[in-house]
Amino acid sequence: MNPLLEVAGLKRHFGGLWATNGVDLTVEAGEIHALIGPNGAGKTTLVHLISGGLLPDEGRLRFAGTDIARRSMHERVALGITRSYQITQVFPQLPLLENVRLAVQARQHDFGSSFRFFRPASADFSLIEEAEEWLGRVGLAEQAHVHACDLSHGEQRALELAMALATRPRLLLLDEPLAGMGPEESAHMAGLIQSLKGEQTVLLVEHDMDVVFRLADRVSVLVAGRIVASGTPDAVRADPEVRRAYLGDEVQ
Amino acid sequence: MKHRSPAGEVVLLAAAITVPWLLQAAGEDYYIGFATRMAIFALAATSLNFIVGYGGMVAFGHAAFFGLGGYVVALLMEAGIASAWLSWPAAIAVATLSALAIGALSLRTRGVYFIMITLAFAQMIYYTVVSAAFAGGEDGLPLMQRSTLAPFDLADDATLYWIALALLAASLFALQRLAGSRYGRALAGLRQNETRMEALGYPVLRLKLVCFVIGAAVAGLAGALLANQNGMASPTQLYWTQSGMLLVMVILGGVGHRYGGVLGALALLGLEEALGRVTEHSHLYVGLALLAVVLFAPRGLAGLWKGTAR
Amino acid sequence: MAQLIFEQSLNGLQFGLMLFLLAAGLTLVFGIMDMINLSHGSLYMGGAYLGAAAAQASGSFLVGIAAAALGMAVIGILLELAVLRHLYRRDHLAQVLATFALILIANELVRMVWGPQPLMLNPPPALAGPVEVLGFSYPAYRLLIIAVGLAVAALLYGLVGHTRAGMWVRAGASNRAMAEALGVDVRRLFTGIFALGALLCGLAGVLLGPLLAVQVGMGENILILAFVVIVIGGIGSIRGALVGSLLVGMVDTLGRALLPSLLRTVASPEVAGQLGPALASIAIYLLMAGILIWRPAGLFPART
Repeated sequence: MNPLLEVAGLKRHFGGLWATNGVDLTVEAGEIHALIGPNGAGKTTLVHLISGGLLPDEGRLRFAGTDIARRSMHERVALGITRSYQITQVFPQLPLLENVRLAVQARQHDFGSSFRFFRPASADFSLIEEAEEWLGRVGLAEQAHVHACDLSHGEQRALELAMALATRPRLLLLDEPLAGMGPEESAHMAGLIQSLKGEQTVLLVEHDMDVVFRLADRVSVLVAGRIVASGTPDAVRADPEVRRAYLGDEVQ
Repeated sequence: MKHRSPAGEVVLLAAAITVPWLLQAAGEDYYIGFATRMAIFALAATSLNFIVGYGGMVAFGHAAFFGLGGYVVALLMEAGIASAWLSWPAAIAVATLSALAIGALSLRTRGVYFIMITLAFAQMIYYTVVSAAFAGGEDGLPLMQRSTLAPFDLADDATLYWIALALLAASLFALQRLAGSRYGRALAGLRQNETRMEALGYPVLRLKLVCFVIGAAVAGLAGALLANQNGMASPTQLYWTQSGMLLVMVILGGVGHRYGGVLGALALLGLEEALGRVTEHSHLYVGLALLAVVLFAPRGLAGLWKGTAR
Repeated sequence: MAQLIFEQSLNGLQFGLMLFLLAAGLTLVFGIMDMINLSHGSLYMGGAYLGAAAAQASGSFLVGIAAAALGMAVIGILLELAVLRHLYRRDHLAQVLATFALILIANELVRMVWGPQPLMLNPPPALAGPVEVLGFSYPAYRLLIIAVGLAVAALLYGLVGHTRAGMWVRAGASNRAMAEALGVDVRRLFTGIFALGALLCGLAGVLLGPLLAVQVGMGENILILAFVVIVIGGIGSIRGALVGSLLVGMVDTLGRALLPSLLRTVASPEVAGQLGPALASIAIYLLMAGILIWRPAGLFPART
């Protein structure tokens, strides 16, 4: 069977620097695939390239059998790739319910176009009901009518996860979902990601090694714009090149 | 979106409908024309407010669509087509098509560059029209008569006023519905976080382009009305200072406020008219008043008594 | 034909250099304070009126120049302190509204002081005639403008490129927060930049006075050209302003002079007569739109 996401020989440079220098990576349907690597390895650039925020200079990018290397971001979302950002991106001046409702509304296939000009969106109960469900899923149902800017950092990240899920992606890209969180918030978010296991394909970029090795089905290691190892957590943990290049003392 | 009873609006509309009768009774027929101008500029400023306040795009070339609407009516009349049933939709169509082209190119830029490129396109249209002999050059194109709009008699000043008022009310109602619709919600998301909208899979460029075009189309209609009121299509209606004037009305009234365009147009034209009666240097005081608004009422007139209700 | 092209090229250079005097201040104010100043053209009009009035009263063109430049610098400082300073942190819309108001006020004040009729400003008699340049004849006064324009451009280039104050200016244009962190007194720097911009506006106004009509509304026409220049060049960049000015000056002047006759070679005289002037007057806007679509931040973006 073909992998859901297939990246081959992907390259992208900024000035003279190859931020992505020939990445090969596959993500299978249904797995939680973690992407780790030292700072500056090019993890975020790779997420941008896969989500469509940047276009690659060279290489192949196939999603569910479709070549997506030149597709725009919104086309890729329509195909089923949704991302979260390292820096929280929500609609600060809108209530949570409206934040998620906009994410549900984005799904043209299920709910029809956003180019509807007359009927009040508040009469679309199906949109609202589903938005409420997603809020409940991440534990924010109580705060549905609070403005996003009044949430704590951890809650905003959970909201962002709910918005990403509400687009019903076939592949969810999570860029450091635990960044800047305290221990309690981290545990909550890790629990949320764990709850996706088995039903949602995830490509997870994360620094917290405990979480990565606990949650991931497979781990790929990115160093200097290249994947140096890819496999089960145990295999990667044991890989001598990974230990030398990156993990160092952290796992010992 | 809170649901409010429209009672206040109905009363205001009823009062606005009675204006010509009151003025005729007072023997001040001249002011019917002035009231018509107010309604037309309220419509034009509202259309710009849709682009600036709802769409979040600071467009500095609205005069292009406003002015083109007038020229379409004047040119069609020269060609023997006086019916508003034909020429006003044509004005809207021309404004729509030019906005499609200008918007598609301009929306590739952002911020101040968007301001400047919309200005540049509007200036191109201005100079093209001014140097075209068939459009009357610097003198503009006079209308031999007003458009005909059977069964209404537009030659009657009060009727023209009521038609302008009806179109303004209809546009405001449509705008209110639009703001609450799926499309309006998507625009609200866009104003707050374009990156997020794109990441959710919204076709950001197309959403903005549609907003730009809707605003331009309404401006084209307002331009057709103004040509009828003025008895001519004039190049000043296309010049950049007209774009500036409309933008000033929007900012003055309240950016993104449902009645921002209306309030701004009424306030600015009203102030000019009132000052014009007592001093020949009315612009000096209008300028000072505007300056005071910027420095002391940063959210516009609408913001003075309540928060912005987008 | 050779005489025409030679003369129009020099005219284009002369117009471009005058545009540069306006655009230099505008681009710095825009780039560093992130401020849209529509009243920049009013400073130019003010310079023309002050210069014309001073020259008439004293009988000396030099006194006119000094009055225009220094007078506008003082007015610029007052304007910055009283109004513009309060707008830097506001959004572009507020700036548009306030500076549009300043245009209305300036136009009305000029009308109150000097009346609605255009003023006459004559070039100094010694420069009234033509001179021989490279075998061609060219008005001496225009030649003087070119010389002054070149000198000011060189001076400004040196000032911004090679002095400490200039370094602050460049730092401010590329990253304002960084400049503040480096201990630059931003408030004084801004006042200074604005005064300099106003001085250059006044100079351009009085120098162009004898060539154009000194009248109310003269600022509005040229303001848009100055904006076109700085958008083409890249907002905040002096080099961009210079390149943009010369480009706009040349394209506009040569377009008006040559396009109609060029068109006559490919189209009927009737079509050319209609199309030529239209094309010539929109040429610079086409240029700007083209450049922005090709490079959305202008030719020399100052911000990184």
